[in-house]
Amino acid sequence: MIQKYANPARFNRLAATLLPWFAWPAAILIFAGLYFALFNSPPDYQQGESVRIMYVHVPSAWMALFVYTCMAISCAVGLIWKHPLAHIAAQAAAPIGACFTFVCLMTGSLWGKPIWGTWWVWDARLTSVLILFFLYLGFLALQNAFDDPARGERSAAILALVGLINVPIIHYSVVWWNTLHQPASVIKMAGPAIHSSMLLPLFLMAIGFKLYFLTLLLLRMKALMMARRARGMSMAQLHHQAAE
Amino acid sequence: MNALALILRREIRLSMRQAGDSAIIVLFFVLAAILFPFGVGPEPNMLARMAPGVVWVTALLAAMLSFERLFAPDYEDGSLEQLALGPAPLETVALAKAAAHWLTTGFPLMIAAPLIALLYRLPDAGYNTLLITMALGTPTISLIGTVGAALTLGARRGGVLLSLLVIPLIIPILIFGTAAIDAAIGGYPFRQHLLLLGGFFLGALVLTPIATAAALRQALE
Repeated sequence: MIQKYANPARFNRLAATLLPWFAWPAAILIFAGLYFALFNSPPDYQQGESVRIMYVHVPSAWMALFVYTCMAISCAVGLIWKHPLAHIAAQAAAPIGACFTFVCLMTGSLWGKPIWGTWWVWDARLTSVLILFFLYLGFLALQNAFDDPARGERSAAILALVGLINVPIIHYSVVWWNTLHQPASVIKMAGPAIHSSMLLPLFLMAIGFKLYFLTLLLLRMKALMMARRARGMSMAQLHHQAAE
Repeated sequence: MNALALILRREIRLSMRQAGDSAIIVLFFVLAAILFPFGVGPEPNMLARMAPGVVWVTALLAAMLSFERLFAPDYEDGSLEQLALGPAPLETVALAKAAAHWLTTGFPLMIAAPLIALLYRLPDAGYNTLLITMALGTPTISLIGTVGAALTLGARRGGVLLSLLVIPLIIPILIFGTAAIDAAIGGYPFRQHLLLLGGFFLGALVLTPIATAAALRQALE
């Protein structure tokens, strides 16, 4: 199954079929989620209206970790099986993940100002998300640091796997260290600790964000493959001219 | 094991011939540390409060400077390819390189650290812990740094890139290193911080040679 889609033409056909199935539900879910989040959910009894930031903050935090994990898995696939599309997928996912991490940090900071009274605290979870952001940036920088793009993508893949250690640290940081950031309240053994009127927009947004990521991923992968082909064609042309 | 000792001896002999390189790193460490009192003022209580953090941060920055040349000379003159072709696995080469780096850089930094702590009037209770945390933390930094050095081999602007890759990964060592010293000064138990530092070291000892060797293989391909 994996090997079958190593063929770029076949992958492109699959991507073309899947794209509308990701893009439209993503748009509908995000709009519905935003409607519920902004107009049809109660303000928090402590946080007031600023609780609405959470509907963007929490899904983007989930996405920041999810995209990194996806990226690391596809890097591992690329290194182990030398699958041609795996490195392209990782390369396509990295900037998206970096943006989600940035959105998470930004919205958290905007929320922190009225609630905690400060833009930033050096708390375990905030710091580890910041480290995650720098891991994304390091991945992108390492990928572009070599004249040979193949070398860059393999080196960056090893870095992504080394940085994977940070993902469980972020996830459990609020459990291990007793910090200012609130503990996980949605995914718990005893059921969620949030009221269902708040849970609905949160889940709409979370699923919408996931589909949005898949849409962007497919689009970026197609673009990267075309860029690679264009590069190959211009190289071939140069060789041809040199031979003449 | 024999290969490990041979490579280690070669590395140490090479760095003994250029002893100035290690000395410059230590000099940078001391210089960077004495900048802080100029910047924040010489108030003794504040300096004593800052001492663990300043010693650790400047030691990390000094170590960053030394990683760039870890594999680069061998890569440029082809000895790295000879090492890769030799009977010893590249993992052994990576481990030997990290050990040599610690002996020529980490250990001198560790020796210089109490001197800086003295200038900052670190309370007496902190010195032992400072030395223990440096002894546990600097080898881990050498191990993680070799991964970064191998990944950036032959990259443009390798030095800055290396810092960008390595600094996020060594933040936990900084956190627990300074936390242990702070706890010791305050009279609190600090054993758990040291255990965590030891755990990081053992984990890095096992995992980083594999990552370094994988990165070296990419570089030599």
